[in-house]
Amino acid sequence: MSPRMLYIAFNTFREAVRDRILYNLIAFALLLSGAAIFVGQISIHIERLVVVNLGLTAVSLFGIVIAIFIGIGLVSKEIEKRTLYTVLSRPVRRWEFILGKFLGLAGTLIVNTFFMAIGVFGALLYVVHKFSAPDALILVALYFIILEFLIICSLALLFSSFSSPLLSAVFAFSLFVIGSFADDLRGFAALTTGVTRWFATAAAYLVPNFSALNVISAVAHQQPLGLQLILQNTLYALFYTAMTLSAAVLIFERRNLK
Amino acid sequence: MSAIEILGLEKTYMVGFWRKRPKSALQPLHLTVEEGEIFGFLGPNGAGKTTTLKMLMGLVFPTAGTARILGREWTDPEVKAQIGFLPEQPYFYDYLTAHELLDYYGQLSGVPGKDRKRRVEEMLQRVGLTEVKGMQLRKFSKGMLQRVGIAQAILHNPKLVFFDEPMSGLDPLGRREVRDLIEQLKQEGRTVFFSTHILSDAEALCDRVAIIHKGELRGVGAVADLTSTVQGKVEVIWQGTQIPASMKVLGAECHVTGDTVRAILPENQQDAAIDVLRRERIRLIAITPLRTSLEAYFVEKLQHSQTTVGKRS
Repeated sequence: MSPRMLYIAFNTFREAVRDRILYNLIAFALLLSGAAIFVGQISIHIERLVVVNLGLTAVSLFGIVIAIFIGIGLVSKEIEKRTLYTVLSRPVRRWEFILGKFLGLAGTLIVNTFFMAIGVFGALLYVVHKFSAPDALILVALYFIILEFLIICSLALLFSSFSSPLLSAVFAFSLFVIGSFADDLRGFAALTTGVTRWFATAAAYLVPNFSALNVISAVAHQQPLGLQLILQNTLYALFYTAMTLSAAVLIFERRNLK
Repeated sequence: MSAIEILGLEKTYMVGFWRKRPKSALQPLHLTVEEGEIFGFLGPNGAGKTTTLKMLMGLVFPTAGTARILGREWTDPEVKAQIGFLPEQPYFYDYLTAHELLDYYGQLSGVPGKDRKRRVEEMLQRVGLTEVKGMQLRKFSKGMLQRVGIAQAILHNPKLVFFDEPMSGLDPLGRREVRDLIEQLKQEGRTVFFSTHILSDAEALCDRVAIIHKGELRGVGAVADLTSTVQGKVEVIWQGTQIPASMKVLGAECHVTGDTVRAILPENQQDAAIDVLRRERIRLIAITPLRTSLEAYFVEKLQHSQTTVGKRS
C-alpha cells in the first residue's frame, strides 16, 4: 500500500469528520437508538427483538445514506472545485487517488459504525439488563453491514468518477434498492425463459446481492449463522468491491479533467 | 538540457450532444523552454494556455504529440516530484488550515517528515502567512489563497514551476509580491513557466515569451528582441505644456500629458531638438530610443492571425 494512498485516505476521513452533516447523521442515528429503547419499553417480551431490529436497521440505513452522500462527491466534487489539480500534478497516480478516497470513506464508515454499535449494545443492555451468548451474533450482523458499506462506497465512487453527484446518487441508491431484492430477482429469473431469462439472470448476478448480507432479522430472532455464510459473504463483498473499484480506476485513468 | 520540450502537443475535443464534431483547443504546439529562464505564455482568454498547462500536468490527455520535462517523458511520475504547479484561480480544501494543507501536499510530494515540518514553516513565512497558519482556508481572502497556492507550488523545492495566471484577480500590491517572488525563484536557479494575459507583467518578468491565439502559436522570442529599438526614432520628454514651433519643423509628433510634453522624432533630429529646448529654456526630462512595447507586438500578432483567418474564410 503506497503511503500517498494513506495520506489521501486520512485527508478524506478528516474532511468527513469536519463535515457538520456527518455529525448530524450520527446524532440522528443515536436518536433512533433512543427510539428503540422507547419501543422496547412498550413492547412485552419482545424488547430484545425490537431493539436489535431497529438498532441494526438504523446503523445500516444511516451508514448507507452517509456512504452515498459522501461517496457521490468524492471525485466529482474534487473535479468541480478543482482541488484535484494540485493533487494530480504531484507524484500521485490516479489509481492511488481513487483507492485513497475509497479507504478514507470506508474508514469513516467503520469508525461511524463502531460508535453506532456502541449505541445499539447500550440500548440492548438497557432493555435486557444482561447480555446473552446469541447477542454476539449482533457483531456478525454489524460485520455484514460494514461489508455492505464497502460495496456501496465502491459503487458511489464508480459513479462519481464519470457522473454528476445527482445522477451518481440516483444510480447508487437504485442499485442499493435493487440489490436489497437480489434474491427475489434471482427467483424471478429462474421462472422466466428464453432471452428474458438470460437478461434477468445477468441482471440478478450483476447487481450487488445485499439481501445475502442482511442478517438483521435472523440475528434479532437469535437464529444461528454458519461460518460458511461469513466466509462466502466476505469473499463476495471483497470481490464485488474490487471489481467496482477496478472499473472506477479504469474510467478515471482515461478521464480528461477539463 | 531544456527544461521543457513540447513536441507537437495537440488537443481536439468532441463537442455536441447528438452529433459530435471535433473542436480544436490546441493545434500542434512545438516549444522549448530553457533551464533557469522565466518563460511567459501569453494569449487572450480561451487561447489554449490552460489546456497546454493541463496537458503538461497530466490532467488532460493530448490527442497527439508528446513532451519532455527536465529531460524525461512528461508522463513519468518522477518528473512530478520536481515540478510545482499553481492552477488558475486555485481552490483548496477549505476545511484545512494553511499549515495542514501544506503539510498534506508535502506528504503527497514525498517530502520526508522532519524536512517537511521545516519546509512548511519556511514557506508560510516566505508568503507571509505565519500569523494565520492555524486559520481554516474558508476564511482566507483571494489574495491569501493565491499566496497559499504559491507556497504549495514551491514547497517541495521543485526545479521547474508552472503558474497559470498567477496575478489574476490580485490587487496591485499582491501582483507586485507575486512578481517579486517569481524573480526570486529565477535567482534561486529555478525555471518558471507562467501563463498570463497581463502583458506588463510578462514584459517586466520574462526572459522569453510565446504568444498563442485560438490554439495556435503565433510567435516566440526573447522579450529584449521583441521590444527592440524602433530604428531611427527617439522619445523626448520635457517639462511644461509649451510646444515650440521649431520642434514641429523637426518632424516631431507631440502629445501633452499633464505638465509634460512627449515628442517622437527622427533620431537624426535629436541634437537639434535638444538645442531648441535649450534655446527656449525648457527643462528636458528624458530622451530615450523608442522601443516597441510587448503589447504592440502582441496586438500585431493577434491582428495578423485574425487577418489570416479572415482570408482563409
